[in-house]
Amino acid sequence: MCAKTFKGGIHPHDYKHFSNHKKIEKFPAPKKLYIPLIQHIGRPAVPIVKVGDEIKKGQKIADASGFVSIPMHSPVSGKITKIGPYPHPTGTIQHAIEIENDGKNEWISKLQDDEQFMSLSPEKMKERIQNAGICGMGGAGFPTHVKLSPPENRPIDIVILNGVECEPYLTSDHRLMLENPEEIIAGLRIIMKILGAKRGYIGIELNKKDAITVFKQMLRDEKNMSVVPCMLRYPQGAEKQLIYAATKRKVPAGGLPMDVGAVVQNVGTAFAIYEALRYHKPLIERITTMSGSIVNEPKNLKVPVGTPLSQLLEFCGGTTEDIGKIISGGPMMGFALPNSDAPATKTTSGFVFMSPAEVVDTTEAPCLRCGRCVDACPMNLIPTFIAENVKNAQYDAAMKLGVLDCIECGSCGYVCPSHIQLVQWIKIGKIEVNKLKLKDK
Amino acid sequence: MNLVNVSSSPHLHEHVNVRKVMWTVVIALLPALIAAYIFFGWRSIWITILGVAAAVGTEALVQFLTKRPITVSDGSAVVTGMFLAFNLPPLTAWWIPVVGSVFAITIGKQIFGGLGYNPVNPALLGRAFLMASWPVQMTTGWATKLANAGVSTISGLKQTLITGGDAQLQNLITSATPLNVAQQIRGDIIAGTAGDSARTIFHQLSSLDYIKELFWGNIGGCIGEVSAAALILGAAILVYKHYIEWRIPISYIGTVAFLSWMVGGIDGLFSGPILFHIFSGGLILGAFFMATDMVTSPVTKKGRLIFGLGCGILTVVIRTWGGYPEGVSYSILIMNVATPLIDRLTPQKPFGFRKKSKK
Ligand code: SF4
Ligand code: SF4
Repeated sequence: MCAKTFKGGIHPHDYKHFSNHKKIEKFPAPKKLYIPLIQHIGRPAVPIVKVGDEIKKGQKIADASGFVSIPMHSPVSGKITKIGPYPHPTGTIQHAIEIENDGKNEWISKLQDDEQFMSLSPEKMKERIQNAGICGMGGAGFPTHVKLSPPENRPIDIVILNGVECEPYLTSDHRLMLENPEEIIAGLRIIMKILGAKRGYIGIELNKKDAITVFKQMLRDEKNMSVVPCMLRYPQGAEKQLIYAATKRKVPAGGLPMDVGAVVQNVGTAFAIYEALRYHKPLIERITTMSGSIVNEPKNLKVPVGTPLSQLLEFCGGTTEDIGKIISGGPMMGFALPNSDAPATKTTSGFVFMSPAEVVDTTEAPCLRCGRCVDACPMNLIPTFIAENVKNAQYDAAMKLGVLDCIECGSCGYVCPSHIQLVQWIKIGKIEVNKLKLKDK
Repeated sequence: MNLVNVSSSPHLHEHVNVRKVMWTVVIALLPALIAAYIFFGWRSIWITILGVAAAVGTEALVQFLTKRPITVSDGSAVVTGMFLAFNLPPLTAWWIPVVGSVFAITIGKQIFGGLGYNPVNPALLGRAFLMASWPVQMTTGWATKLANAGVSTISGLKQTLITGGDAQLQNLITSATPLNVAQQIRGDIIAGTAGDSARTIFHQLSSLDYIKELFWGNIGGCIGEVSAAALILGAAILVYKHYIEWRIPISYIGTVAFLSWMVGGIDGLFSGPILFHIFSGGLILGAFFMATDMVTSPVTKKGRLIFGLGCGILTVVIRTWGGYPEGVSYSILIMNVATPLIDRLTPQKPFGFRKKSKK
């Protein structure tokens, strides 16, 4: 298979074997759910229910607060019991709506089957996506309708579905691709129609050969859609790296994919888009991987948004030994959580549990100037110098070195023999540089 | 529930650390040490052990006296000691490696704050110090397997000498390394003061037969530079492990190859014996092991190419016109000093960077 890739990057051990053969299991909705008002990049949603309200499954419980925001819907029928601060899978505390599940599973209105959805106008399609509260399900969670509304002067000719899933441990996209390929392709077709794009690609890493085969098979008669098998190279699933692998187009530094006529959507998002258009189904559940060497029974679960992690872990039989670290998302870019209270959200691709022995030593030694971080950086930055400048509060210099171009992929930290917390320093640098920029304005 | 660790991403690590890198370098140097034993005998091992012991002892002592954590187990002092010894003639005085290592560790490394902060390669600094202070001990004591020194292991060369009957030449050849011989007779030939036998010797030195001897190590030279084959084997380990990167060695050796072809011959421009220059002297050792020293070479990719280029130019200049036949260690030292500047002058453009961002 002739696989595509990009320059730089690393090759972490992928640990997919824990869960890549596990069929997606439906997780029964728990007694209590916690729906964070912010599950995406943009402005938090505003609650439109109050404590004590009876609600139905699929009912909108919080509204978008502007264009770059999405509404939230209830994954169960039941009662609102609290609205207030609650642990969030980014490791922070955010406002959330607490719902007590009545177990009746009553939909607000029966799901309709709209077989004619492809004849909707792009505007209508986008409206339905927006109303369904869909955001990018790969990681950052950018509101999808915004991504599908590029300015007039940025025509989009290609759409790339991201099925790369390059983070170690995660297998939720992999399973979805194996189990729902038709829906994903339908989603791609919708996105292409909305954007008027001529070509569609599905990027999949070579460690998912079965998924590549499935899509190759299904797309063999399609003229304008194809699979892009990608080399095993982290971070192949980063937008800019994926676009480069598929098309050789380079997204300008500081720019967006649309600057080169491309839009990237996660395969899970495509699936959600399809469900929203065909069935008017809001985004109330997602596939989440539960994995790690100490999880008794790693699984891929279809999880109602708002389900606390502790319940998911229990469903997987708990852990075999003490927990050293809990990561929400993948180990390369995910957040470490202080406990297992936080719920799964629309962007939760997985939870990884590590034993104390697996936790990476974070004592920093002096930089050896070995340049390994430079060679690993897919954005061609000089991580060691950026970190050094941030440590010395030289934010101007850090900005000149392109700190804002860092995609926080963690490749540099992964290879550093001195265990320097490069990404952490860079994150601090970004915050400081952005502060400086605000001041200048 | 127990408090779990909440450090920043990435939460996985390649499991490399200084200790692993340094000890791998030590292992990678072992083939060359074995070659040294085969060609020069026990004395070379002895000198190396003295160098390593002095380096490790000095590091521990300095760290103890300055009340810093003692880090000798990270292997970096062992590497320095080995590098220093590798740059010495096998029959040099026993105290030479000791003095050199003490100097290398104290002045070359610990004075700056230890590993990671030293501006130049400590071993090379130690060697430069020895060279300046005890030039005689540093340039005599060459040996070969046949014990009678020089390049006389090639039968043809011997023959030439006998028939040529040039006593001065014979003297020269039995007391030095091949590079030394080449440089001197080349100078004489170009100045017109040498006879035909000198010309023949030069050609023999660059003949394929002799290059083979160079490659395997059947020649006179420093302890660690003797066998190109053994060094390349060790370097391959480091390349495979991604502990050294191709840019510096390739640009260094490439530059030496090109320039010595251009100016290193006796028949005008572009007649130089390329392979002779690549495999003689400390080039292979220098290019793969010393120039690639992480701490003292550039971190930027372009910077590493420039670093190698600079080393290459300086090496050929010193070898061809310098007052001393071997240019590798001085070249690397000089480029070490230039490293911060090179890094500053070669910023990398972020992926997708465009000169003028059109808005
Ligand atoms: S500097 Fe940023 S983009 Fe580069 S390797 Fe590190 S985290 Fe990734
Ligand atoms: S990888 Fe670590 S030690 Fe090496 S140059 Fe980068 S920051 Fe320094």
